[in-house]
Amino acid sequence: MNITETHGYKVVTNWLSSKGYSPFAFQAETWEHIFQHHSGLVNAPTGYGKTFSVFLGAVIQFINQHPETFKSSKKNGLQLLWVTPLRALAKDIGRAMEEAIHEIGISWQVGIRNGDTDTSERQKQKRNMPEVLIITPESLHLLLAQKGYPEIFKSLSLIAIDEWHELIGGKRGILVELAVSRLVALSKQHRTQLSIWGISATIGNLEQAMEVLLYASKKKGYIIKANIHKPIEVLSVIPDEIEKYPWAGHLGIKLAEKIVPIIEQSNTTLIFINTRGMSETWYQTLLNVAPQLAGTIALHHGSIEQELRLWVEDALHTQKLKAVVCTASLDLGVDFRPVDTVIQVGSPKGVARFLQRAGRSGHRPGEVSKIYFLPTHSLELVEAAALKKAIGETAIETREPLLLCFDVLLQYLCTLAISEGFKAIEMLEEIKTTHCFSDMNEQEWQEVLLHITQGGTALQQYDEYRKVEIENGMYKIKSRRIAMRHRMHIGTIVSDAMLKVKLMNGKFIGVIEEWFISRLEPGTVFTLAGRNLELIGIKEMTVTVKPSSSKKSIVPSWMGGRMPLTANLGLMLRKTLDVALTKKAKEPELKALTPLFELQETLSHIPKENELLIEHIETKDGFHLFVYPFEGRLVHEAMAALLAWRISRKIPITFSFVMNDYGFELLSDQPIPVDDSNVYELFSIENLMNDITQSVNSVEMAKRKFRDIAVIGGLIFQGYPGEQKKARHLQSSASLLFKVFSDYEPDNLLLRQAYQEVFDQQMEEVRLRNALSRILKSKIIIQFPQQLTPFCFPIKVDSMRENMSSEQLEDRVRKMQQQLQ
Amino acid sequence: MTAPILHQLFNQHFWLSPERVLFWEQEKTLIVSDLHFGKTGHFRKSGIAVPQSVYKEDLQRLFAQISFFKAEQLLIVGDLFHSIVNREMDFFLKWRKDISQLPFLLIKGNHDILPSNWYQEASIEVKNEYQIHQFSFIHDPNESVTTTEDRSFIFSGHLHPGIIVRGLGKQSLRFPCFYFTEKHAILPAFSHFSGLASIEPKKKDQVYAIVNQSILQIQ
Repeated sequence: MNITETHGYKVVTNWLSSKGYSPFAFQAETWEHIFQHHSGLVNAPTGYGKTFSVFLGAVIQFINQHPETFKSSKKNGLQLLWVTPLRALAKDIGRAMEEAIHEIGISWQVGIRNGDTDTSERQKQKRNMPEVLIITPESLHLLLAQKGYPEIFKSLSLIAIDEWHELIGGKRGILVELAVSRLVALSKQHRTQLSIWGISATIGNLEQAMEVLLYASKKKGYIIKANIHKPIEVLSVIPDEIEKYPWAGHLGIKLAEKIVPIIEQSNTTLIFINTRGMSETWYQTLLNVAPQLAGTIALHHGSIEQELRLWVEDALHTQKLKAVVCTASLDLGVDFRPVDTVIQVGSPKGVARFLQRAGRSGHRPGEVSKIYFLPTHSLELVEAAALKKAIGETAIETREPLLLCFDVLLQYLCTLAISEGFKAIEMLEEIKTTHCFSDMNEQEWQEVLLHITQGGTALQQYDEYRKVEIENGMYKIKSRRIAMRHRMHIGTIVSDAMLKVKLMNGKFIGVIEEWFISRLEPGTVFTLAGRNLELIGIKEMTVTVKPSSSKKSIVPSWMGGRMPLTANLGLMLRKTLDVALTKKAKEPELKALTPLFELQETLSHIPKENELLIEHIETKDGFHLFVYPFEGRLVHEAMAALLAWRISRKIPITFSFVMNDYGFELLSDQPIPVDDSNVYELFSIENLMNDITQSVNSVEMAKRKFRDIAVIGGLIFQGYPGEQKKARHLQSSASLLFKVFSDYEPDNLLLRQAYQEVFDQQMEEVRLRNALSRILKSKIIIQFPQQLTPFCFPIKVDSMRENMSSEQLEDRVRKMQQQLQ
Repeated sequence: MTAPILHQLFNQHFWLSPERVLFWEQEKTLIVSDLHFGKTGHFRKSGIAVPQSVYKEDLQRLFAQISFFKAEQLLIVGDLFHSIVNREMDFFLKWRKDISQLPFLLIKGNHDILPSNWYQEASIEVKNEYQIHQFSFIHDPNESVTTTEDRSFIFSGHLHPGIIVRGLGKQSLRFPCFYFTEKHAILPAFSHFSGLASIEPKKKDQVYAIVNQSILQIQ
C-alpha cells in the first residue's frame, strides 16, 4: 500500500494545507520510511521542519493503526521517545508538537522529562505515560533505573535522537547507544516494531553516524537529506593597521568600535565569543564604545542564571534586542527569526562550527546567512581566508564515535542493577550489539563484572566491598543507600564544582567555578553576567556579593571549552599560507596581511603547503625552538612531548613547552640540538606509541582524563544534600585516586581507559600519526632568525605550559632550586 | 630507601624517614601522624572500589619502621583510624597482637571517632594532648595555641603538608614534607591514601620534602 493512500497521510497533509503548507520532499520521504518501519537518519538544518519529518511520521503511523479511534483514544502508552541533548530545546519542541496534535485532533499528551522536571510530574508520568516523551540521554538512563521500566516501553514504536551530531562524538552518545540497545532488546521481547531515527546537521561522516545509531537494531538504514542550499557570505573585520607582532586576546577588543555600525545596520546580531570570560569583557566593551546600545544588547552564556537566559532567548524571538553577546550556549536550539547577522570573534576552530554559527542568521529559504569574522590577533585573518576556501570545497569535519568507554559501561550496569537487574551472559550479548562495545573482549567484560561485584584487588577476609550483588545469577544493587547515590551520579557531564552567586537579598545572579572564586579575597570586585560584583563571603555552596560601581574588576576565567583547531581547518590554513605573498592571494584578508608576511619572509620563511617551518631563536629567556605544523593545540602538545623526549634521550636536557593551534615552542636553558642531520628522525613514526608513553606528559594528561572517568565510573562521590557530614569521609580527589591506582592497581580498567583516552582524544593518536607522516614527506625548513618572528610571537605570549624532563626527579628538584637562586 | 636525616631540636635527635615517620632517638619513640587506617575499607563498603593493597602496605610500612628503629613506643599524633569500625580494623588488630608489648599512645584526632572501649581492647592509650620535656603533641596545630605554654615546642599532624617546588618555565611539583617552624613541627600524613595541602613556609622555617624514596631539605 502506498502511504499517500493511507488515512493518516491524508489527515496530516490536509492539516498542513489548511495552514497553507505542503510537506517538504524530505519530510514526505521520511514519513514513507517510517510507514515502512524503516530506520535511518534525517540530515537537515534547523528551521526547515526537521522535527516534523520524524514527529508527523509517528502521527501518521498512529492514525493508520487507529483509523477509527485516533481522535478519542486516550492513554495509548508511550509511542514516540524524543531524545534531545539540550534541556532548553525540550519546551519549544514540545510546544510545537502540542500545537500540531491539538490541530490535527489526536488525543496525545506530550511530556518532558529532564533535570528540571519536578517530582509530582514524574509521578504523574509513572502512572500515566504520555504518548510523546521528550527526554535527555541522562534522564532516559534514570528511567532505566526505575523498577518496572520495561512496562513503560511496551507500546513504543519510534525513538528519535535529535541533534545526533552533537552527541555522537562524546560520552553522552554512548549513553544513547546503550539505551537504544536496551530498547531494541525490549522490543524484541515484546515482539513490537521499533524504528530508530537520528536527526543530524551535516557532518563529514553522516553514513557512519547513522550506522552507530542503528548498530543495535542490525537494520539497514536510510539517509534522508533535506538538500537545502543556504548561501553563506563571509566578511572579515580587518583592522586599519596590521600589527606585525600579533598576540592573542587584545586585538579583538580594539576592533569593537568597528562592529557597532554592523550591529546598527542589521536587524538583530549574534556575537559569538569563544569563552565565557571574554564574552563578559566584550559585553562591557560594547556598552562603553556604544552607550546608545544600552538596553538593546544582552549577554548569554552557560553560567548565567537560567531565568535571565530564557528572557534573552524570548527577547530574541520577539525582536526586542539589537545584539546578543554569546558563547556556544546559543550554538544549538531553535531559530531566532529576527537574527540576520552573525559575528564570530576569534577562531571558530573548525569548519562545521563556523557553518553552524553562520547558519544562525537568515534561516528563511532564499535568505543569505551573513557572518563576519573578527580576528583576535592579526594572524587569525589567515583563518578567515581558509574558512572561505573550506566552505567553497565543503570540507566539513567528521565526528568520530568513541570506543570502549568502560566508565560509562560501569555506570550503565549499575543503573540496570538498581532497577530490574541483569544476567551476565544475556547482558554481554546485548552490550556487544552497541557500536561502542562491539569489540569488547571476554577478559575486559570479566574485569567490568569483577569491578562492580568485588571492587578490584582486596584483602579477602578483611574486605566488605559492596555494590552489585549476584543472586541466582541476577546482578542487583540491593543497598538503598548505594542505589540512591548512584542515581544522583547518572550522566557523563562532569563539571567543576560550581558555586551559586547571590546578592544579599537572595537574588540569584549565576554560577561560578569554585577554583576561581576561592582565590579571591572578600572585597575583590569581579564580573559576572555583565555586572560588577563585590565579593562579601562564601558559605557552603553560595557566594554572597553586592553590586559594585568599581571600574576595576576581575573577569573570571572558566575552564574547559578550549577546542583545538580541527585537522580540516589546519589543512586549509596550510593551503592558504601556500599562496601568501603571491598573485594568487586575492582574498582581502591575505592582502591586508602583506606587511606581516613580508616581515616573516625577511626574518625567516613562510611555509608552503608541503613544508614544515622550524625556527631556532635565542633570547634572554633561553634557547627557543618554534615548530609550525598547523595541527591544533592537542596534537602540538603531544608532538612537543615527543620531540622533547627524543631529544632528551640524546643529551640530558630540560624543556618547557608552549603551544597554540598553529605551532609549538620548546624552551631550554641550553642549545637545542635539532638540525638538518637529525630532524627527520625526530619526527619518525617508528616507536611512536612507545616514545609517547615514555614521556612524562602522558601521565599528567592521563591524570586529567582520569578525573572525568573516575566520576562517571562511580569512584568519586560528590556528596548529596542531607548527608554532607558522613559524605566527607568518602571524599577523595581524582589526583589522589589516580596516584593510588597507579601505585597499587596499575592494570585497573579505568586507569587503562584514562591512558587510552589520552592517546585517542588528547593526543589524537591517529591524527598525530597522520601529521607526522605528512611532515616526513614534506620539506623541513630550519631557520635561525636573529629575533622573534611574527609567527612565533603569539606562541611566545601564550602562557599554557607543560614540562617534561629526562633527568631524575631528585636531580630536577635540585636543578629547579638552583634556578631559583 | 635512603637513610633517615637527622634534625635536632633542643639537643634532642629526631630522625626523619622517607617512610613518613619521625624517630626520637633519646626517647626511643616512633612518631607518626594521619595513618587513616580503615579508609579504603570505608570507601569499599560504600561501593567505591579503591585498591585495598594501599592499606596493607601502609600497615607493613608502619611495622617495618617500628622494627627498623627498634622503637620502644609508638606515638600517633592523631587520625589513626579514618572513620567508624569496619572489618579492615581486624587486620590492624592482628598486627597489634604480634607486638602487644609495644605501647601505643594516640593523641586523638578529628577522625578518631571509635568508642573508647575499642581503643582499650586494642591496648591503645588515648589522650587529647601529651607533654614531655618541652615538647607537646596535639593533632590539630590550630587548636594548640590555648592549651600550651609559650616555652614549649609542638608536634602536630592534621594538615597533610605538601611543599610546592617551582622552577623556571612555570614548572612545579608538589611533595609531602616535614615542616618545622620556630615553635611547631607538622608531620606528613603517613597514609599513602591521603591528599596534600600546600604550605607556604616563611624564611626561617625548615622544610624537608619526601621525594620518591629520599628526603631532601628544601629550605
